[in-house]
Amino acid sequence: MSEAREAGGWEPKIVAFLCNWCSYAGADLAGVSRLQYPTNVRIIRVPCSGRIDPLYIVRALQEGMDGVLVSGCHPGDCHYISGNLVARRKFALLKSYLDYLGIEPGRVQFSWVSASEGSRFAALIEKVVEDVRALGPATKMVKTPVGVQAAGAAPVGAK
Amino acid sequence: MSQVETKLRETIKELLDRGEVDLVVGHEAGSLPLRSRPVFIRDAADVDRLVWGSTCSNNLATHLPRLFVRPKNSRAEYAPPTVGIVAKGCDARSVLGLVKEHQLPRDKVVIIGVPCAGMIDIRKAEESLDGARIIAAQEEAGTFKVETTAGEKVLTLAEMLADGCAECSHPTAPEADVVIEGDARPAAGERYLQVEAFEAMTAEERWDHFTSEISRCIRCYACRQVCPNCYCVTCFADQTKPRWIGAADELSDLMAFHIGRIFHQAGRCVECDACVRACPMDIDLRVFTQKLPKDVEALYGYVAGVSAEGVPALLTFSENDDQGFISEP
Repeated sequence: MSEAREAGGWEPKIVAFLCNWCSYAGADLAGVSRLQYPTNVRIIRVPCSGRIDPLYIVRALQEGMDGVLVSGCHPGDCHYISGNLVARRKFALLKSYLDYLGIEPGRVQFSWVSASEGSRFAALIEKVVEDVRALGPATKMVKTPVGVQAAGAAPVGAK
Repeated sequence: MSQVETKLRETIKELLDRGEVDLVVGHEAGSLPLRSRPVFIRDAADVDRLVWGSTCSNNLATHLPRLFVRPKNSRAEYAPPTVGIVAKGCDARSVLGLVKEHQLPRDKVVIIGVPCAGMIDIRKAEESLDGARIIAAQEEAGTFKVETTAGEKVLTLAEMLADGCAECSHPTAPEADVVIEGDARPAAGERYLQVEAFEAMTAEERWDHFTSEISRCIRCYACRQVCPNCYCVTCFADQTKPRWIGAADELSDLMAFHIGRIFHQAGRCVECDACVRACPMDIDLRVFTQKLPKDVEALYGYVAGVSAEGVPALLTFSENDDQGFISEP
């Protein structure tokens, strides 16, 4: 664990949606190759980057993720031929739209990682973690956690 | 009564008499001045209820898909009706979009194109009256004689023109089957001015505006109900497995609803501004809905609903699509 975490400091929490065929295998290769990369990332495996609904990304931000990474096969290498190409349009529009609303561009990132690019995966995670660390904890769109009282509200059960 | 209105009534009477349509969706005078409401004409004797003018802002395409729903549990052979629709540019674009999405049979819809001079924004009319109420109004060639609680007044279409209509790229119906001739407004040269002004603001200013606008949302879902593109049987906002939008009074959920709703219109929105007019809280939705059509046109060269040809932008791809947004380690 890093020094910051031992000292009780803030560590970015990042969710990564990785496609089963390329990016997840790339992450696996990074592990098998014993490459070091930050431990701030929680991986969710999806069948294809085309499987990712923009609402997944919005939901991750709502649930307090400091960063979201989406990664699939390089264009032309999709296991399902064109899943990532259809997804690319969706991602380009979503990224532009979230930026437009004022959400920091570094919070939501998209990339391509193939199954043979373990080192690219490790470098990518380092970059994303660095970007998000520079931005600080997410505050926009984050839901009030369950059980936390809004300021000034009477405690639960108070008469 | 304007010439266009007379011609419209005659044309629709003929279509009904000849049996070319079973039903026509049009506008009739609303119960309040400067308002109109949709009317469904099945009988040629009712055509005099139809009106046409700058108060007919409703997007009538919203009402079409439900007219083609096959009755459940019926053994009778299903014969879909032929439906005529009084269509401005935006109504016709919505119809063509719905045809592309297989929600309407094109051969069963008769698009009756009317020349659109732009629609009034009733809020602008109310603002210009300093609190006086409108009792009655009479429209005549671009001007409105308005009788108010503070006396009579003349308002012009130009001063009340809706923001969306000022930036309209298609004031006349594309691919109309029947065309009513008349003076339509010219297609706007400069578009997306509001979006460009918003883009020029800083991220914090944009976020503050988004927050302050969306925090007024009361979740009546009128923006969704009135949208011709929102025909899903179960909307993501109503789903419970998974529950995308929490039930609590939570700003984050309001934002997620609006992002979800607006994003579902990517490459489909025809910029009719029905959602803007429907909002009871006067939320500035336009600045948020217009970004996607602007991006889709800039990135993929696709404009929704202008022709029955062409695949919607998000149902297809090109190998050379822009990928400047991709993060490189």
